[in-house]
Amino acid sequence: MDEQFWILVPVAAYLALSFAVALWAQRRAARPASSRGFIEDYFIGGRSMGGFVLAMSIIASYASASSFVGGPGVAYALGLSWVLLAMIQVPTAFLTLGVLGKRFAIMARRTGAVTITDFLRARYGSEAVVLLCSMALLVFFMAAMLAQFIGGARLFQAVTGYPYMAGLALFGISVVLYTAVGGFRAVAITDAVQGVVMVAASVVVLLAVVHAGGGMEQCVQKLKAIDPGLITPTGPGNAVPQPFILSFWILVGLGILGLPQTAQKCMGYKDSRSMHDAMLMGTLIIGFMLLCAHLSGTLGRAVLPDLPSGDLAMPTLIVRLLPPFWAGVFIAGPLAAIMSTVDSMLLLASAAIVKDLYLHYRHQGDPARMTPESLRRMSLASTAAVGLLVFLAAIQPPDLLVWINLFAFGGLEAVFLWPIILGLYWKGANAGGAVASILAGVGVFFFLSIVKPPLGGLHAIVPTLVISGLAFLVGAKLSRPAPAKAVRMLRSGGEHGSGR
Amino acid sequence: MRNSTQDPRHAQANREALISLAVYALYFIWWYACAYMLGQGDPDSYDYVLGLPAWFFYSCIAGYPLITVLLWLALRLGFRNMPLDARPEDAAGNGPHPEEERRG
Repeated sequence: MDEQFWILVPVAAYLALSFAVALWAQRRAARPASSRGFIEDYFIGGRSMGGFVLAMSIIASYASASSFVGGPGVAYALGLSWVLLAMIQVPTAFLTLGVLGKRFAIMARRTGAVTITDFLRARYGSEAVVLLCSMALLVFFMAAMLAQFIGGARLFQAVTGYPYMAGLALFGISVVLYTAVGGFRAVAITDAVQGVVMVAASVVVLLAVVHAGGGMEQCVQKLKAIDPGLITPTGPGNAVPQPFILSFWILVGLGILGLPQTAQKCMGYKDSRSMHDAMLMGTLIIGFMLLCAHLSGTLGRAVLPDLPSGDLAMPTLIVRLLPPFWAGVFIAGPLAAIMSTVDSMLLLASAAIVKDLYLHYRHQGDPARMTPESLRRMSLASTAAVGLLVFLAAIQPPDLLVWINLFAFGGLEAVFLWPIILGLYWKGANAGGAVASILAGVGVFFFLSIVKPPLGGLHAIVPTLVISGLAFLVGAKLSRPAPAKAVRMLRSGGEHGSGR
Repeated sequence: MRNSTQDPRHAQANREALISLAVYALYFIWWYACAYMLGQGDPDSYDYVLGLPAWFFYSCIAGYPLITVLLWLALRLGFRNMPLDARPEDAAGNGPHPEEERRG
C-alpha cells in the first residue's frame, strides 16, 4: 500500500460517517403529516437542537476553509500578530446567541419563521426587502460555496497528490448528497461531528509543529531570529497596524450578527437552557480551535522557514510532519470546516428558492397548497440542484464568481446586519429604511472595495456599515411606518398587544 | 419603561443582549490592553511566559478561558430560562399565562 492510500483511509471513513449520520437523521425524523410540518423539519430540524449541537453547528457554519488554510497561511507570513487577529473571533458564538438568540427564538416560534428571510418578511411586510435579501443571499452564497469547494479540492490535491477533480468529486458530491437527503437535522448533527474533527485536527498539528521545532521556547526564539516583527502585535514591518486590526472587530466581530447562516441557528434550538450551554461551550471550543490552527501556522515558520507562499504552510506542514494516516486525519479537519460551511449555505439557498420565492409567488406563501410529498421532492431537488450547480462551476471556476466571493462575507453583512438588528430592537424600523440600508450598504461596500480610496488602514466594512446604518435611519424617517400588525406581532405578546 | 401589555420575555431578552455586549466589551478591553500595552517596545525587552511573549500569552492564551469564566458568571447571574413557545393563549385564546418567565 502506498502513502496516498493511507491518507485516504481516514478521509473516506470520515465521509462515510457523515453519510451514516445523515441517513440516521432522516430516519429519525418522523414523516410530518403537514406541509408546514415538513418545512419546519427540513429547514430547521423541528427546532430541536440541544446545547452541544447548537454550539458546534454555529462554530462549524462559521469556521471555513480560511480558518484552517488561509488564516494560518497568513499567520505563517505575519507571525503572532495574525493569531492576535484571529482571536477576535472568539466571541462569535456567544455574541450571536446572546444578542439575537432569544428574541429570534420567540419570534420564530410565533410566526413559524425558519429562515432570516421569513423574519424579514414578517417584520417589514415588504416585497422589495424580501426580494433584495433573497437575491443577495443566493448570489453571495453561491460565490462563497464555490470558493469553499475550490479551496477544499486544492488542499486535497496538495496533501494527497490525487488530482483536483478527484478531491472535488469526493467531498463535493458527499456534502450535496447528505444535505439534500437529510436536511437541517443532518446538517446540524454532521456539523457537530465535523466540529469535533476540526478540534482534534487542530491540536494534532499544533503538537506536531511544536515537537518538530524543539519546544515552544525554541520555536519563538527562532521566529525572533528570522524577523523580530514576527513576535510583535503589529507584525513584521508594521504589516498589521492598529486601525486595520481594529476593523476586524467589526468585520468578524459585531458584523457577524448580520451573517444569515449563523443567525438562522438562533431559530433552531430546543430551549433557553440549550442556548445558555451553547454560549459557553461555543466560546471555549472556537477559541481553542482558532488558537491551535493559527499558532500552528505561525510556529510552522520556525520549522519550515522558506516556503514560497503562506497558503502552502498548512498542507506542507501536514505532509512533512505527520505520518500518512494522521495526515489523513488532519486533512479531514479542513474538509469538515468546508463541508459544514457549505451544507448550511446550501440549505438556506434552497430555502430561499423553495420557500421565499416559489411557495410565496406561486402559492401565496401557503405551504398547505402543496402536498407534503411534492414539497419534499421539490426541496430535495432544489438543494441538490444548487449544490450541483456550484460543483459544476468549481470544475472550471468562472472569474465572475471567484471575484464576487471576495465580497461575499462583507457583502452579506452590508445587506443583513441593520435589517436584522434594527428589525428586532427598534420599533421604528420599516421597509423604507431597510431598502435604503441594503442598497447603500452594497453600493458603498463594492465602491470602496474596488476603487480602494485611502481609508487610513480601515477595512472597507467599517465605513460601509456606518453609512448603511445612517441610510436606514434616514430611509425610515422619510417613508411610511411598518404595518402596525407586523410590528406588534414581533414586539409584543401576541394578539393583546394592541395597547402599544 | 415599556408598556405592560408587552411580552415580559422581551424585557429579559433585551437585558441579556446588553449583558452579552458588556462581556464582549470586556473581552475587547482585555485583548487590547494586553496586546498593545505589554507588546509595545522592542522585542528584545519582552518578558516571556511558557516560552511565548507575555503580551501574547495574556491576550490570546489566557484571554479566552478568562472570558469563558466571566461568561459563565454572567449566564448564572443575568440569564433566565424561559419558555420560548408562543403563549398558550395565542393558540387557545384564553387563560392566564402560567410560569411565564422566571424559573432560573
